[in-house]
Amino acid sequence: MAVDTSTPAPTEDERSAQVSIGTRLLQRPEIGALMGAVLVFAFFTLITDQFGSLAGAARWTDFAATLGIMAVAVSMLMIGGEFDLSAGVMVGSSGLVFGFLITELGLNAWLAIPVVLALAAVVGMANGLLVMRTGLPSFIVTLGTFFVLRGANAGVTLLLTGTVRVDGLPAADGFSSAEMVFASTFGAPYNFRVTVLWWILAAAVATWVLTRTRIGNWIYAVGGDANAARNVGVPVAATKIGLFMTTAMAGALVGIMTALRLGSVQANEGVGREFEFIIAAVVGGCLLTGGFGSAVGASIGALIMGMALAGIPFAGWDSNWRFLFLGVILLLAVLVNNAVRKRAEGARR
Amino acid sequence: MSVADTTPEPTLVVQHVSKSFGSVTAVQDASLSAGAGEVTAIIGDNGAGKSTLIKCVSGVHRSDAGEVCLDGHPVGFASPEEGRARGIETVYQDLALVDDLAVWQNLFLNRERTRGAGPIRFLDRQGMQREAESMLQRLDVDVPSVRERVRRLSGGQRQAVAICRAAGWGSRLVIMDEPTAALGVRETARVEELIRRLRDDGLAVLVISHNFDQVLRLSDRVWIMRQGRVVDGFRTAETSAEELVAAVTGAQRAANQPRGRSQQP
Repeated sequence: MAVDTSTPAPTEDERSAQVSIGTRLLQRPEIGALMGAVLVFAFFTLITDQFGSLAGAARWTDFAATLGIMAVAVSMLMIGGEFDLSAGVMVGSSGLVFGFLITELGLNAWLAIPVVLALAAVVGMANGLLVMRTGLPSFIVTLGTFFVLRGANAGVTLLLTGTVRVDGLPAADGFSSAEMVFASTFGAPYNFRVTVLWWILAAAVATWVLTRTRIGNWIYAVGGDANAARNVGVPVAATKIGLFMTTAMAGALVGIMTALRLGSVQANEGVGREFEFIIAAVVGGCLLTGGFGSAVGASIGALIMGMALAGIPFAGWDSNWRFLFLGVILLLAVLVNNAVRKRAEGARR
Repeated sequence: MSVADTTPEPTLVVQHVSKSFGSVTAVQDASLSAGAGEVTAIIGDNGAGKSTLIKCVSGVHRSDAGEVCLDGHPVGFASPEEGRARGIETVYQDLALVDDLAVWQNLFLNRERTRGAGPIRFLDRQGMQREAESMLQRLDVDVPSVRERVRRLSGGQRQAVAICRAAGWGSRLVIMDEPTAALGVRETARVEELIRRLRDDGLAVLVISHNFDQVLRLSDRVWIMRQGRVVDGFRTAETSAEELVAAVTGAQRAANQPRGRSQQP
């Protein structure tokens, strides 16, 4: 591709150059999260021995990775102005369906994966169509989906297996090669999870889509002002439905990863995690009102939460404290993001 | 057609358009025209059907009856996109800009330029920024930077960006619904100046306004709407504020009965 480096001068007239770098930096959605990540990292590195080591890093990136994949998708949806409370339980549903397909039906794991992704896309499309057709808030619609899936997960699992879990996945065809791709480790003595690479890939693709493609422009537009977007002909419904489908498929991917890693799936897998995804996105600078945020920010949000989830046991505290920690992080991050944003906006006028 | 006094065919000709919503008749048998290189105003009381009529033109509404012709060709838009494809742009009352996007992103929203091969396409950000600058410069619109978020522009600057976008895409007809309703005196003057520049560029400009002074200052022709009908039309140079007020309120009808629903301003 021909990148034009020869004529930078003409664009840098007074119209382009007036916003200072400091203001630009403060306008970035991820600035608050970045500061938070540094603080949390410093905190746990100081009070524990292992946290700052590579082995420690392998632990907290493990926690952060699946959370990060979801946070990236959820942040795109939130930038598009919508919520998905069913994203957490979707992880469980997908894992269970994957488990049923390869154990009860004897499907090859590599065949089951696209089937599960397609089913998730259908659920995401249902979410999106319901929201766009009825005009109801996505909060309510996906709360409904959340309970439907949660009930179905428990009910169907009990019907098919007589227990609350699907077992024996590793015996299926294609399991070990799928496990290699989606659930193995690398970087030998420290054993980083391969899901970390998937997370980085997800964040990179999402950032590319958001900042360098037409669809990305539309996502910011439909979340920022759906009417304005509609008035210039942006396909608002299609954009939002696509985001719901992406979120559901990200949930399916994480569900498959979790199932491959554990070799079994609990019926209540993923329940309650939707809030973690939303927290990560909000900590990363996404606005609840839409139109503002970034996938990198959401990833840093997920990293902060991964560090907290791993750091608390490292510090020898009871793991129940993690909720308190997450709550405090959420409040602090929102306060900082809010203050930073106001400052940046007030700087010029 | 009886627009005998305009030698070139008007860009927009609306004939006998009606539109009802259920039992409510919003526009009834309305006819008007708007020529290239002219500012055409529509005035009338609240509820007179002005907004509904222009939405029938732009394709937001489908008229129940009548015909809309652009450059002599009848058009029946099923959507604003079709109208836009034929060169009809609307500047909406609520501005229609996305606050958290930059000026250039708003100018190019849904008209993004990309480069690349096949499905792998990247936004041509620099190209669009350069083009946005020249679009704004051409119409002498003053914004701090095309990379500035719209949220941080003044009301007049936003309106100017919105108008610039409407005018910037090979448009034939730009429709504006109350373009200066939310603006102060100085910003109104700047936006009016911008509207004159569009006119001088040869565009047909159709403006809805409540402000009689503005209509007299800015427009070349005025159409009067009352209770869903286009009841009168004037050449602005040949009318006065008193006459317009009388026409809008209906007080003129008794005094000047034969004029009726004139087609010739």
